[in-house]
Amino acid sequence: MRLKIQSFSISNSQAVVSRDESLVLYEDMVLGRVFEDMCAQMYYRGKMFGFVHLYNGQEAVSTGFIKLLEARDSVVSTYCDHVHAVSKGVPPRAVMAELFGKATGCCRGQGGSMHMFSAQHNLLGGFTFIGEGIPVATGAAFSSKYCHEVLKESTPNRLDVTVAFFGDGTCNNGQFFECLNMAQLELWKLPIVFVVENNLWAIGMPHLRATSDPEIWKKGPAFGMPGVHVDGMDVLKVREVAIEAIARARRGEGPTLVECETYRFRGHSLADPDELRKPDEKASYAARDPITALRKYILDKELASAAELKIIEKKVDAVIEDTVEFADSSPLPPWSQLLENIFADPKGFGIGPDGKYRCEDPKFIEGTSLSLESCLPANHLHRCLIPSESSIRPNSIKVRHG
Amino acid sequence: MAASLQSAVFLSNRIDPHRRLFASPARSLPGTKGSILVVRSDGRISGRLSGRNLITNAVATKADTPTSSTDSKPGHELLLFEALREGLEEEMDRDPRVCVMGEDVGHYGGSYKVTKGLAPKYGDLRVLDTPIAENSFTGMGIGAAMTGLRPVIEGMNMGFLLLAYNQISNNCGMLHYTSGGQFKIPVVIRGPGGVGRQLGAEHSQRLESYFQSIPGLQMVACSTPYNAKGLMKAAIRSDNPVVLFEHVLLYNLKERIPDEEYVLCLEEAEMVRPGEHVTILTYSRMRYHVMQAAKTLVNKGYDPEVIDIRSLKPFDLYTIGNSVKKTHRVLIVEECMRTGGIGSSLRAAIIDNFWDYLDAPIMCLSSQDVPTPYAGTLEEWTVVQPAQIVAAVEQLCQ
Repeated sequence: MRLKIQSFSISNSQAVVSRDESLVLYEDMVLGRVFEDMCAQMYYRGKMFGFVHLYNGQEAVSTGFIKLLEARDSVVSTYCDHVHAVSKGVPPRAVMAELFGKATGCCRGQGGSMHMFSAQHNLLGGFTFIGEGIPVATGAAFSSKYCHEVLKESTPNRLDVTVAFFGDGTCNNGQFFECLNMAQLELWKLPIVFVVENNLWAIGMPHLRATSDPEIWKKGPAFGMPGVHVDGMDVLKVREVAIEAIARARRGEGPTLVECETYRFRGHSLADPDELRKPDEKASYAARDPITALRKYILDKELASAAELKIIEKKVDAVIEDTVEFADSSPLPPWSQLLENIFADPKGFGIGPDGKYRCEDPKFIEGTSLSLESCLPANHLHRCLIPSESSIRPNSIKVRHG
Repeated sequence: MAASLQSAVFLSNRIDPHRRLFASPARSLPGTKGSILVVRSDGRISGRLSGRNLITNAVATKADTPTSSTDSKPGHELLLFEALREGLEEEMDRDPRVCVMGEDVGHYGGSYKVTKGLAPKYGDLRVLDTPIAENSFTGMGIGAAMTGLRPVIEGMNMGFLLLAYNQISNNCGMLHYTSGGQFKIPVVIRGPGGVGRQLGAEHSQRLESYFQSIPGLQMVACSTPYNAKGLMKAAIRSDNPVVLFEHVLLYNLKERIPDEEYVLCLEEAEMVRPGEHVTILTYSRMRYHVMQAAKTLVNKGYDPEVIDIRSLKPFDLYTIGNSVKKTHRVLIVEECMRTGGIGSSLRAAIIDNFWDYLDAPIMCLSSQDVPTPYAGTLEEWTVVQPAQIVAAVEQLCQ
């Protein structure tokens, strides 16, 4: 059974967005695209390693949803998270530096491509395993409801919203169904939007081969929530659906399942030879490039001139060049960083043989594979082994309250 | 009161940890005294026990516990599951961000009654009944913890948390690190585990060995009402994710605990019975088998030192080390399986740190590497029994 594909069209004669809004959307999508292209370049030049998953072609989904969110709203992503991070407001410099594995990365180089986090921007990750971010998103939505109803902290009827992004493959995973169920429970009605980026392929497994009923949006009503199918290559259509889904959540009416039909122009990751997808399928979606479509829309509706769009593109190019320079020139994490951040409370490393907490003892990583006593000068060793001020407390054992 | 009073710690920014003080009145249970007893554990002087009660019998309900030197008994008596509840309730009163989630924790009151009465008091959101979806509700607890709450996640049986292993390992243990320290996960994951009375293989699991490799996680095991309450409170207050192991057979233990508020130290071990001849390291239910064996051993003229390690990850190498330095012989008695168990790690840690102090190889008594059988006799033979402990000590002390 083939998926119903909504055809792209500029339906109204009136623009559905203002000029300013349209330029924000355009810039965000271009930023996402150029960023990802630069990632590919940098990967092939040996600046980043491991698994890198690029978002080219799916920008309409990220931009369409995230640009409607406020700073207090949360986004939970997957391993394909660079563009979600950048759309949410994480500085591209911080994301690129993280990809380069530098200490100035948003996660100090400890997370990498698949773990983009930003507490400041309420980006709750970056998750490697399929589906494991959805419960976390459900938890964030639960917090929002809890703060509103138990702690009485939020403005009435205006809950913080969580948007969870994940793919078509995830929709066959238990955590997806378990969270759809929980979010919609009568008592809970969590302020969350479940956004499926259905790009028709997991890695080499097409959605139709892996799924008994491939219409994912239908699974929403199975759990009692609205399920919507939208053309994910059209940012304005996505935005229209997003406005309503987010408003519903904010009002306390509960979750929505939005299936965005989209496509990734590159392979699953930079290591994927992408041999199984047919050229005509790729060509048909390339013709529906969301950036080209929005560009055409803006020019047709005379919201801006080609020259203005060019300025935006040049600006984005400059930003990306700057991020690469920044990431390149940033320092690598020092050895002393290795054991920081394992515990929020480093007393978790335990009490050593001498009665002191081990985090207070300069020699406590002796015997691990990274003991470099023999190769480093003594004073350097001492300086490096003591975790930084920010991560431990001084000698007396204190416990923070609350 | 249990000898473990010496390890009770009340930690406050205002109190000098090296002096014994009475703090100004603070929150306490209604009807109890307002002052908080502050006792600092330094672990170096066991002579502080003079004048205090020692438990020579671990099961506090037995009549042969030595009577206290004072006439009126301070404190109140309760069962272990009630102690857990009391600790949980005190923390929920103290911090409105502490919440509970799990199966049947709310309206049902918890399958082991640990959360009984809490849902009517705090409401259905703070004591959240979840559907049967361990992986997802554990992940939900983690997401809630990242965004400001302090959830206590209950696994109805520890074994069910195997379904949540993905979330516990990847998110609970790792998220603080992979986010570069931006998010903390102050969850407590708790539930009853261990071999019960013919509960069958899956309901008799000991997950401490499975979780111990996960970086970023702390694990504690409670064994008495006193340490159950203290560890519950400490675990909730900790900013680290803590797995609190309870035992199905210990929920109805009765003990007299202080009326004053107290919080125990998550990383410290508990000296159950000081001795000279051999160090016996144990935790959870095996503590009671050890103490039972200790009675026999004492009659035979041995003087075992029994330590309830309590903190399964990280180990309290200080208390353990001092003991090894004194007795030079170590016996580990644990309920988890031999292969890859807590005992294996503990053995390695002792050998690494205290090799020079050992006069004999470290003996480790663990459960058989067997799925716990249903039949009572077979089940009895899978876990360590007091007779084996006695035999092991005799062998060690030859």
